[in-house]
Amino acid sequence: MSAHAIELQAVCKSFGNTEIIRGVDLAVPRGERHAIIGPNGAGKSTLFNLVSGRYPVSGGDILLNGESITDLKPFEINRKGLSRSFQVTNIFQRMSVFENIRCAVLWSLGYKYSFWHRLGSLKDANLRAEEVMESIGLKRRRDTYAGVLSYAEQRALEIGVTIAGGAEVILLDEPTAGMSRSETADAVELIRKVSQGKTLIMVEHDMGVVFNLADKISVLVYGEIIASDVPQNIRGNQAVQEAYLGTEAH
Amino acid sequence: MAGTTSTLRYRPLNLARWLIWGLTVLVMVVLPLIFTQGFAITLMSQMGVAIIFTLSYNMLLGQSGMLSFGHAVYSGLGAYIAVHTLNLASKGQIWMPVPLLPIVGGLAGAFFGVLFGYVTTKRAGTTFAMITLGIGELVFNCSLMFPDFFGGEGGITTNRVFGEPFLGVTFGPAVQVYYLIAFWCVVSMALMYAWSHTPLGRIANAVRDNPERAEFVGYDTQRVRWLTLIISSFFAGIAGALGVINFEIVTAENVSALRSGGVLLAAFIGGIGFFFGPIIGACVFVYFVVALSDHTKAWLLYLGLFFMFTVIFAPGGIASLIMMQVQLIARKRFARIAPYYLAATASGLLVLAALILTVEMTYKVSVDSAGGTVMKLFGVEFDAAAALPWAVAIGLWIVGGWLFDAARRRVGRVWDEIQAEFLQART
Repeated sequence: MSAHAIELQAVCKSFGNTEIIRGVDLAVPRGERHAIIGPNGAGKSTLFNLVSGRYPVSGGDILLNGESITDLKPFEINRKGLSRSFQVTNIFQRMSVFENIRCAVLWSLGYKYSFWHRLGSLKDANLRAEEVMESIGLKRRRDTYAGVLSYAEQRALEIGVTIAGGAEVILLDEPTAGMSRSETADAVELIRKVSQGKTLIMVEHDMGVVFNLADKISVLVYGEIIASDVPQNIRGNQAVQEAYLGTEAH
Repeated sequence: MAGTTSTLRYRPLNLARWLIWGLTVLVMVVLPLIFTQGFAITLMSQMGVAIIFTLSYNMLLGQSGMLSFGHAVYSGLGAYIAVHTLNLASKGQIWMPVPLLPIVGGLAGAFFGVLFGYVTTKRAGTTFAMITLGIGELVFNCSLMFPDFFGGEGGITTNRVFGEPFLGVTFGPAVQVYYLIAFWCVVSMALMYAWSHTPLGRIANAVRDNPERAEFVGYDTQRVRWLTLIISSFFAGIAGALGVINFEIVTAENVSALRSGGVLLAAFIGGIGFFFGPIIGACVFVYFVVALSDHTKAWLLYLGLFFMFTVIFAPGGIASLIMMQVQLIARKRFARIAPYYLAATASGLLVLAALILTVEMTYKVSVDSAGGTVMKLFGVEFDAAAALPWAVAIGLWIVGGWLFDAARRRVGRVWDEIQAEFLQART
């Protein structure tokens, strides 16, 4: 098995004549917390969409644990152990918190398309859903409809749905976007907790969050990775400062 | 600990569930003993068939978000296979007891669900709806192109009474057919309810609400839609076969767009958001089609108006109205709003009387005047061409409309006050 959880080899993506991702090479070792940063329009979310199968690539190859997932559909990639969250909250709004989480654990526990099991009797699925709710701090909101949760709670649920299936590789797309300072601090702790022992790749604008959480940072500018290093080195990287961080780095 | 909490949480609900199911069975058993007339038995038999058909449709629309315009294809083709099977059985060529015929219809429905569903469920939303419309038209036209199988315009007839009676049951009398339908109705309702509490049922809800998210938690949304449609078609086929036993005839109308539209109307009237909604909708729809059509030629107009009224004032259907009242009763607020409901109902009846008077007089004068314009309505005989009945109708419209509007506003105000109290109590 490859030492890398995720490997991108010369990945390209074009929409019409516009090149968004230009030959990205990236390798994320298993168990690493890796942040992808870059200015608006750099292609960070597009890169996530390529890795998770939401968009087909225009060129190159994407490997998950050494196995190509380039042409797979999102559900096939998810079954291979990669799960993602979205920049805009993407949960089951008309379902309760518990049902949201339970839906996310069913496939991984082998219930698949079963219509001969009664949900209430699935002890393992129900227990797992309760545990995930506990870990994301939404246990007291168990039976509340997801659509009426506060923004921060919905973001926490988004993370809960992402991790519930037990995926080893987690992609978080701007998990703290739109949060207050205290909500962000809670979210960082939550991400740290739920990504323990897993490979985490995240796109994030908040540099505090990035430098706090990430083991390694890649900087994407105009669809190309201009630097990939540990946070201290990224902070001091001249090219990064010029292209992206500017005075913030000082 | 979590397990204990869950058990405590669900036990009262389960008790209520058993009570409701028990009462449903009891009502179905007792009804023919109270309403013994042939017409009532026929009406209840048709309601039973319609309940299965509408619930099967709601597996698609309400639970999985698939708006189908061709659901009659599955019940109709199930009915055709069932009628041919019954004819073969009555000739002694195959063994098939009448009570098991619904299984044949169900399997046939499921078979066509596998076949057509593979194509229709490739896409969701409007595309799905359009493909089902196309499949519906295709099958309807086939029914006229292949008379050997579909029986042409006259359809295929059959005889449900053959062979030796089993424990005295011949399925000749309508009441015996009713009990057979009631049995299958309860079984189908229970199975469809159970389905909604399985992993596939819950994931169908997830696909309805957010197909993209469902894909990113490991589910092939097309497969979920397809499997749901196959199971739904199975129950539609059961309804089709029961229709064969009840009417002893199947025609092209069984696979027509009219029937597909009818089940859509029934599901919406009852309410697609609740499991019991389509059951109510099916009963109301059959009442309109069977009972009301006996009393007035304008029954289709009334059905259309009722549907419009439901969509505008109760988009969640009759079931949602009931659940809103349950909420008030549970929190001891119903008594406060009840007088205003009463006022709205009384004034609403005046408006209804005005509507019926206007529609019936218009029909009499414009469509049905060959035998004269004298008619009888609400036990009163009068001339529809005279000025006085029209003046009464206008008066009823004005007075009833004004009173109803006032009562409706008052109901709305009290409702808002109660909801504000609920919100305050929560915060």
